[in-house]
Formats: sequence, C-alpha cells, structure tokens
Amino acid sequence: MSERIYTIVPTPRREAILSMLKRGERVDGRKPDEYREITVETGIVGNAEGSARVSIGHTKVIAGVKVSMGTPFSDAPDKGVQIVYAELIPMASPIFEPGPPDENDVELARVVDRGLRSSSTIKLEDLAVVPGRHVWRVFIDIYPLDHDGNLFDASGLAAVAAVLTAKIPKTSISGESTVVVEEEKVPLPVGNAPVFVTVAKMGDILVVDPCYEEELVMDARITFAIDKEDRVCATQKGGRGSFKPEEVIRALDMALSLAPELRKKLPSTPI
Amino acid sequence: MVEAKGVKLLDENGRRLDGRRLDELRSCRIEAGVLKNANGSAYIELGRNKILVAVYGPREVHPRHEAMPDRMLLRCRYSMLPFSVPDRKTPSPSRREVELSKVIREALEPAIFVEEFPRTTVDVYIEVIEADGSTRVTSITAAAVALADAGIPMRDLVAAVSVGKIDGVLALDVNGLEDQYGEGDMPIAIMPRLGEITLIQSDGLFTRDEVIEALEMARKAIQELYKEQKRALREKYSKIVEEVESEEVIG
Repeated sequence: MSERIYTIVPTPRREAILSMLKRGERVDGRKPDEYREITVETGIVGNAEGSARVSIGHTKVIAGVKVSMGTPFSDAPDKGVQIVYAELIPMASPIFEPGPPDENDVELARVVDRGLRSSSTIKLEDLAVVPGRHVWRVFIDIYPLDHDGNLFDASGLAAVAAVLTAKIPKTSISGESTVVVEEEKVPLPVGNAPVFVTVAKMGDILVVDPCYEEELVMDARITFAIDKEDRVCATQKGGRGSFKPEEVIRALDMALSLAPELRKKLPSTPI
Repeated sequence: MVEAKGVKLLDENGRRLDGRRLDELRSCRIEAGVLKNANGSAYIELGRNKILVAVYGPREVHPRHEAMPDRMLLRCRYSMLPFSVPDRKTPSPSRREVELSKVIREALEPAIFVEEFPRTTVDVYIEVIEADGSTRVTSITAAAVALADAGIPMRDLVAAVSVGKIDGVLALDVNGLEDQYGEGDMPIAIMPRLGEITLIQSDGLFTRDEVIEALEMARKAIQELYKEQKRALREKYSKIVEEVESEEVIG
C-alpha cells in the first residue's frame, strides 16, 4: 500500500550523478544506451522443468519453470495455465525484507507475466491435454539473488530463457479422458519470445539498464517488452515522476534498437 | 483471437457494440465532495463504471517509522467491491489490486507538491462500486478531483483514459466487453495542463505507430475529462459560496 523501499542518497552524491549525466557520463562509465555485461545460463536446476540464471552487471536473477497437471480456469477451458510469481528475497538486497510479497514483488511478476502472455511465448492452447478438464499448469518463479538495479529486464530474460529451454512430460490419453503422464520429456510448446528493456529518466536524460544507484536518483522508469516482430507486448511506467509524450517515444525507440542485442542472449528455441 | 471466440466488437459501419465511434468516450459525470468524514472525496460515473474515492490527510503517519523527513507519504488503496463484477470477487486484495494501487499512486504523485507536508501522510481510498472496463484510469480521474477537494496543493490535475485494440484497430475508453474480448489495452494518465504522462501500461500487442497514435488519442480525450473535473470542483465550491452568502443575508 505504501512505498517501503525508501532510501536516501546523500545530496552531494545525487548532484554528482546528475551533473555527470548532463555531460553524457554515467556512474559506471557506460553510454546512455549501453547495457552492462549480460550472461544467461540455462538448465542449472535439475529438478526444474526449465531454469535459468541471468546476470546484468552485478544484478543476478534465477528463474525456474515447474509444471503440474490441473484443471483450467473456467474462462479459458481450452488453455493451459500460466502463473508467474516473483519474490524479492532479503538475500538479494538490504532493502528487501522478509514477509509476504508486497507491491514491488507483485508488480515485477505481473509485468513479466503480461510480456509472456501478450506475446504468446508459451502456447497455452497446446497445453490443454483434455480441453475443459486436464491442462498443464506452468509455474514460472523468479528470484532475484543480488539486486544492483534493473530487476525487470533481468527477470524477464531469466523467465523467458527458462521457458524456452523447459521440457515437460509427454502425455497420452487412455480411455475417455484419463491422462497418462509418461517418462519421456518433450519441449514446452513455445512461440514468440519477448525481451524486456527498461529506460530510466533523470531530468530530461534517458538511460537504459539503470544500476541501483541510478534507480535511487531517477525520477521515473519505463519498461517495454518487445516481441520478435518489434511489437510492444507490455509497457509499465514506474516511479514518482512523469514522462513527456516524446520521451515515451524516445524510450520506446531505445528499447526497439536494443531488443535484437538482448534477444541474442536468449537460447535458441528448441524444436 | 477475436474471430476464434466469435465476438465481433465492431459492426459493418465501424461502430462499437455500444454504438460509439472509435475515438468516443463514454458519458462521464463527476461529483466532488460526496463524503462527510473524508477531507476530500469524489464520485465518478463513466459509462456503467461507478467509483468512489476518499482522501484523508495530510495527517499523522501510522506506523510512524514510515514517515519521511522530506516529504509526505502518499498511500493509495484501489479495491473492487465483491459485487462490482459479474462473478463475485473475494474481498481480500488480489494481486491485481495490489499492483493497481501502486501504479495509481505513482500516477497521482507527480501532480502533488509532496515536499509541502513532510512527516505526514495522505491516504487515497478507491472503491470500485460497479466495474465496466477501464476502472484504473477512471479511478485516477476521480482521485485527482478528490485530492483537489481535500485542498492538497497540486501542480495540475491528473486525468486518465484507456486506449484498447479491438478487431485490429485502436479504440478509446474500452468497456468491459471490449477489454475481455479485445486484443490489447493501454491505460494512460496525463497531467492535462502540463501534458506530462504519469501512467502508461499496456498488454496485448502494439506497434510503434500504434503507441504514438494511442498517446495522441489519449491526449485529446483527457482534455474532455479535464473539463468535467474542473466543472465538478467549481460546482461544489460555488454551492459553498451560495450557502455562505445566504447565511450572510439571514445573519
């Protein structure tokens, strides 16, 4: 209900960061449209159907995919179920506290969920084993391990990488509608794959991939999820500030031009 | 997606199911100062949406450790009444309501001079009484009026509208049916005088050109909502002026 993550940056430091930005310099020496180094590893947890560990600079996020056979939602009886969950665990940052998920956890999970859902990353219509009765429920759980800013992009990358490499049990139907779950594994049916690009605004300056210190001094942020056909499949503005319409377009153009670079970090879709 | 579900949202003349043009708002009525206990309040009807907003504060922060030394703490609770939607919603806050409470707060905060009231809090309580699509943006439009009614110093009001995608084209102010069967939704909040965007979200697929067009559609619609916001505030305060003046005559 309220903003719990409230951290004060000493005024001299804030002014130093902002005056550097005006000269086109960032605290860690990057250009405004430059990401930190990105690594993506997949298949890191044997018990998960799919998993990935992503780092963007010092930010580290782990994501896992688990599936279970269940019943569909009544408003989508012929589709599988996708559930994205994120937890900002206290391990990852001194500003995260233990306890039930708060608005920051929920926002992160829901933005990643919208990006995946809108782009049909998981082909949910292919997950209805017996439409109306038995469908796969796909759980994507996201856990930041070390928070140095830009959890949205890292979480999106981890979730998508885990989904693209996930393998689920093969099923067959015996009799009328009894589902037999077999030992053999098949790839999770996937279609599109979005990448998430976050742009932070300080004054009239826009930078991508804000590190934690930049997040503390930013006025606002905007995240775009971009699908394979350069369409926006999720947008989320956050923070206490605002954007001019032309800044939204400028941020979108930054996201569109960086999306291919991020997409290269994703594992190629298994066939 | 739409074809598969067999729901066509536009007729052969390009009119929507409720008869509106693509760039047409539903009828909107706002009333300011509708609650006795709250410091400020507003009631809005947009089409079939009915939403009530109460503002309490600036007041002492509880719990006290949440108070901030350099500005007020803005808190916001968006909630849907169980009977506001076709299938009863459980009264406990859903994950959707938790997220919307956050984005609505962040849509309102840019308009408020938060540094004017350090160590205090302002609480914005939003109850959706009846929902028919675009409730988050409608809540923002009403909440800005309630904040102004509470006398909170603001740089501008905030008005908000959604732009959806139905049958492959952009449509202003999506209703519940269009939200359910449409291909996308982009809620946008703008400070009408300053032209600053304080909320933008989207789901569904939008091309770059569609994002630009949606922003333009929202910008125009927001001026209409802004007129109604100002009318509601003027109406309330002109009533007070009348009351005061009539008392003077009696006195």
